Amino acid sequence: MALRDITLGQYFPGESPIHRLDPRAKLVAMICYIVALFLGKWFVSYALLLLILAAVVKVSTVKPRALVRGLKPVVFILVFTAVLNIFYTPGQALVSFWIFTITKEGLLHAFFMVVRIVMLITCTFLLTYTTSPLALTDGLESLLGPLKKLRVPVHELSMMMSIALRFIPTLIEETDKIMSAQRARGADFDSGNLIQRAKALIPLLVPLFISAFRRADELATAMECRCYHGGEGRTRMKQLHWRPGDVLFMLGALAAAVAAGVLGCWGL
Amino acid sequence: MGAIIETKQLTHTYSQGTPFEHTALDCVDFSASRGEYLAVIGRTGSGKSTLIQHLNGLLKPTAGQVLFDGADIWESKDRTRQVRCQVGLVFQYPEYQLFEETVYQDIAFGPKNMGLDRDEVDRRVKQSARFVGLEPGVLEKSPFDLSGGQKRRVAIAGVIAMEPQVLVLDEPTAGLDPSGAARILDNIRTYHQEKNACIILVSHSMEEVAREADRLVVIHRGAIPFSGTPERVFTHGEELEAMGLGVPAMTRVFARLRSMGVDLPASVYTIPQAREAVLAALHRREEH
Repeated sequence: MALRDITLGQYFPGESPIHRLDPRAKLVAMICYIVALFLGKWFVSYALLLLILAAVVKVSTVKPRALVRGLKPVVFILVFTAVLNIFYTPGQALVSFWIFTITKEGLLHAFFMVVRIVMLITCTFLLTYTTSPLALTDGLESLLGPLKKLRVPVHELSMMMSIALRFIPTLIEETDKIMSAQRARGADFDSGNLIQRAKALIPLLVPLFISAFRRADELATAMECRCYHGGEGRTRMKQLHWRPGDVLFMLGALAAAVAAGVLGCWGL
Repeated sequence: MGAIIETKQLTHTYSQGTPFEHTALDCVDFSASRGEYLAVIGRTGSGKSTLIQHLNGLLKPTAGQVLFDGADIWESKDRTRQVRCQVGLVFQYPEYQLFEETVYQDIAFGPKNMGLDRDEVDRRVKQSARFVGLEPGVLEKSPFDLSGGQKRRVAIAGVIAMEPQVLVLDEPTAGLDPSGAARILDNIRTYHQEKNACIILVSHSMEEVAREADRLVVIHRGAIPFSGTPERVFTHGEELEAMGLGVPAMTRVFARLRSMGVDLPASVYTIPQAREAVLAALHRREEH
């Protein structure tokens, strides 16, 4: 079943130092790292960033295979970007046929773009693989906390996010079940033209929506029963605490971003 | 009796090649004959749902074969589709798969997918509605306005309308009140008798399977340790107990009475049988 293989937002529980880091530290570090990826210009900076990523993956005990699997859905985007960059970058021509010209700059540009995207996706996957959705939203809420002063409903947003993440696997399972049930009644989801296929989705989508609404309603009732009334005056069982390791990790990521920036300025 | 559906050395492994790899069925040989009323029992996670999803080709075996009428159901794409119409599968909580605007249209979904003409679809919808005891007035209502028990009967009618030769039901009475459950079991029995169809009832209620089925198949950890008539299967009381299944309350009572030295037969599993046995025993005692 293709549906079961979706790894979006999946969390692999573990005990590594990366798993134990404060989610806020990981979020900030990820943002620094992404900035660094776009500041880098030449092989030297990317080699440095790759080294850092490899070291973090190693410490996190996440299997590299799981990370590669996460790249599968974006292969198309990667190829597309590479092709665009190869053909549309002006510079010193290497090969030229009909209306197409491949330039040396184009090849390098395409290569760096692909490397950037691959590393960007790998590092975001590393974050979701090593951080439970709950910790992630807690971290986000805490980081966005200052926005509360501007009347941004930070708590509500993060609650919505954690509920959405929580229900992804449930809905996938539900879809799987309804698909099987309708298949058993002779429904055909895999053949026919586009219109037939779209029509074939009705027996799947109607029950799925109904059950999603039913679940939402039940969840709302359950939350009311436990006196949930928004973020006002709400305390947490698991408080987030900064530890020296977290600060060090963030500073490391910041240093990487600065290093990439400096190297980028020198054109390395 | 020839088997209408059977599995040979059926093995199924979920998520093969990932850390979540799990073998749900391990070399299972299972068969059901035409016109047989069979019950599959096993606790949650024993592999019974995996087994029944193989019977109509919803899951593909990792190894082994599934045969319908002696031929492999995975021979060709057409064959698989054809078998899906011959082996009707009613999932757990089937009311959640209703989607049409009226009950009539929902029951007609299966027969329409089989490519039948309008008159035949109409005949089948009306007949299956009668089988499950839905009044004609209900057919024009929205399925979402019905009660839980009625919804379930509509969903079962939707599968019966395909007139399958084998009807597989996964816990058809789960979550219903006793009278609703009894009505559904009655409907299934009627279908079994009138169409001479093979029924495969999945359940973990010992009382229910003991009352309904001619033969029991016990599934435990992806294998079939026992199968046979209820009398025979229930003689393995202790083993069943160890599998977390147990035997019907009546059988337990009688086993206890026997251990206390009362002269009673061991193969009692329903209340009417118990009544007979107790009366016979009292009669014997009076004669002495």
